[in-house]
Amino acid sequence: MHQFEYLKMENKKLEELQQVIVQPSTPKKDQLLETFKSLDFSVEGEYYQNLRKEALSEIERLELPTSSTEFWKYTRLGKIVNKKYQVVKGMINSIQPFLIPNLEANIIVLVNGFYNAELSTIKEQEGIIVLSLSQSKQNNIDVLKSSFNQYTKNRNELFLAINNAFHTDGVFIQIDKDKVAEKPYHIINITTQDHSLTQTRNLFVADKNSSIKIIESFVNFNGKENFINSVSEIVVGENAQLEYNKFQDKEEENYSISTEYVYQKTNSHFTINTATYNGALVRNNLTIEVDAENCETNLSGLYLGKNQDHTDNHTIVDHKKPHCNSNEIYRGVLDNSSTGVFNGKVFVRQHAQKTNAFQKNNTILLSDDAVSNSKPELEIYADDVKCSHGSTTGQIDEEAVFYLQSRGVSRKSAINLMINAFAKDTLEKVSIDALHNYINTKIEERFA
Amino acid sequence: MLKIKNLHASINGKEILKGINLEIKSGEVHAIMGPNGAGKSTLSAVLAGRENYTVTSGSVTLDGKDLLELSPEDRAREGVFLAFQYPIEIPGVSNVNFLKTAINETRAYKGMELVSAKEFLAMVKEKSALVELDAKLANRSVNEGFSGGEKKRNEIFQMAMLNPKLAILDETDSGLDIDALRIVAKGVNQLKSPKNATIVITHYQRLLDYIVPDFVHVLYNGRIVKTGGKELALELEEKGYDWIKELI
Repeated sequence: MHQFEYLKMENKKLEELQQVIVQPSTPKKDQLLETFKSLDFSVEGEYYQNLRKEALSEIERLELPTSSTEFWKYTRLGKIVNKKYQVVKGMINSIQPFLIPNLEANIIVLVNGFYNAELSTIKEQEGIIVLSLSQSKQNNIDVLKSSFNQYTKNRNELFLAINNAFHTDGVFIQIDKDKVAEKPYHIINITTQDHSLTQTRNLFVADKNSSIKIIESFVNFNGKENFINSVSEIVVGENAQLEYNKFQDKEEENYSISTEYVYQKTNSHFTINTATYNGALVRNNLTIEVDAENCETNLSGLYLGKNQDHTDNHTIVDHKKPHCNSNEIYRGVLDNSSTGVFNGKVFVRQHAQKTNAFQKNNTILLSDDAVSNSKPELEIYADDVKCSHGSTTGQIDEEAVFYLQSRGVSRKSAINLMINAFAKDTLEKVSIDALHNYINTKIEERFA
Repeated sequence: MLKIKNLHASINGKEILKGINLEIKSGEVHAIMGPNGAGKSTLSAVLAGRENYTVTSGSVTLDGKDLLELSPEDRAREGVFLAFQYPIEIPGVSNVNFLKTAINETRAYKGMELVSAKEFLAMVKEKSALVELDAKLANRSVNEGFSGGEKKRNEIFQMAMLNPKLAILDETDSGLDIDALRIVAKGVNQLKSPKNATIVITHYQRLLDYIVPDFVHVLYNGRIVKTGGKELALELEEKGYDWIKELI
């Protein structure tokens, strides 16, 4: 596999591109789009170039969201869009700090949005394609063509459209019918350098009866005020099982917007676990389209905020067909002046009878200055369903703290015991032991 | 061991305890009885160090140490144990894990060596058997999903693990059927020694058939208005609390 290569852009194409960008729009949007001016995708086939062009015309129509945009009401983007960025290839010498102890996995490394072959170790398994996205495009793989960018068009989200148009590289994983992945795939998505802008793009396709587990760590090495705008499309085939674990552990000066589109087919199981430990601004947009019967969907998220951290999870579960179950739990522990936002929408369409859909958001505030915004939403058009949603925000239960103290446990230990329990409970659907232990260790480190 | 002198305490500006005097020696069992609202639970809460009560005057010492100056955890480490009337459910916090933390923090406080895993497991096995608490329950989240009887047995199990100098049983009989009551009482009796003491707070005489007190105190309107032997409990049962009201 080769790393992404820049090629000189033909003048004609450059003009085309600039014409599109220079349409009237806000200076901040222009400034953001300037970042991508030097990128050249002419090495890609016409098919993929056309997809990018389509996205460009979408970008043209869309404006930067403001706080009056409902979907972005509680997350202001000033921190992100007031800055100038550059797309730069970063240098990383070692991935040692980002490895998960005792995890046996295939390792795929992305640095600033570019595939790094030297640091990756992928053991080939028959029936599984694991390639950088750029390589996959060059290889003109049919499955890639049939799924790539199919779920992310015209969603009226500027950042998604920007990724559609200007993503650099990412990971394509496709597992054949009846195959079971021997080991998990661990994508280490690293950002580095100040003011860098990263746009990774993944596609995971699990064919009929297959089973695969993927971990993606979003981490940072020596870079301040950098921004990652990542997108993953996930297709879970008939009777297939796919588990995607997102581990967001960047630093306090990093910004992230990530978008996942998941499409589930008959009898499929999809589980996503999101652990967010840090980040000046972290926004996760997760949409799961359950477009077939007898599907199982699990969404869990844990966010631990401190200082000025801002973590925002927006989720949509769209039940379109009958006899499906979804379980959603997001929990936050917010300290100092951190903010947590949760907006979970569950749609149960008219034909989706016998749907069981459960959603919960619980937040613990550890300080008077911490803020939680929670908006659980259910839209039900079918009449024979079981659905519930609930949201709680509160402080640590003082009665319980006193109970533990009255046994000789210090107040601090009592609070930590309770936070640990609250937090660890959230991600019990993580089925990879080493990852589960790692997540718990990170929780313990935070609340020790 | 425990000396309470002229203890006054209030909550939200309302005085509940209006001058309690009580002395308890090692090896003794004291019962505190009284009608609703007399201040029984307030007394136990003040002794354990619950924050929402304000001690306005008086003193409480345990073996000469000023209890009122200590945080709730330090009181526990000094040997005060409160069995709650309504034990709290704490989802996700394992019963044995938190007890291990409690024991080790107490040992560290006293400058003792920490408990080994082996020693601790042996303790859990022995003490849970004492109150017939299923080992599975001992390992579960604190009181979560426990029945009323299981919660009370868990209180006594914790008491057995912590081996306190002074155990305060706050309405431990409430909500217990007769079998559970026997088990709980058996546990308490087995833990009795010449070195420790027990305060049993109760409404009814029934529990005192099983945990026989050396002294019975009647608490009424924030004061101890009558003290006697175990026969006082029977007299109270027979004559009711109105009898006490007439006495004053």
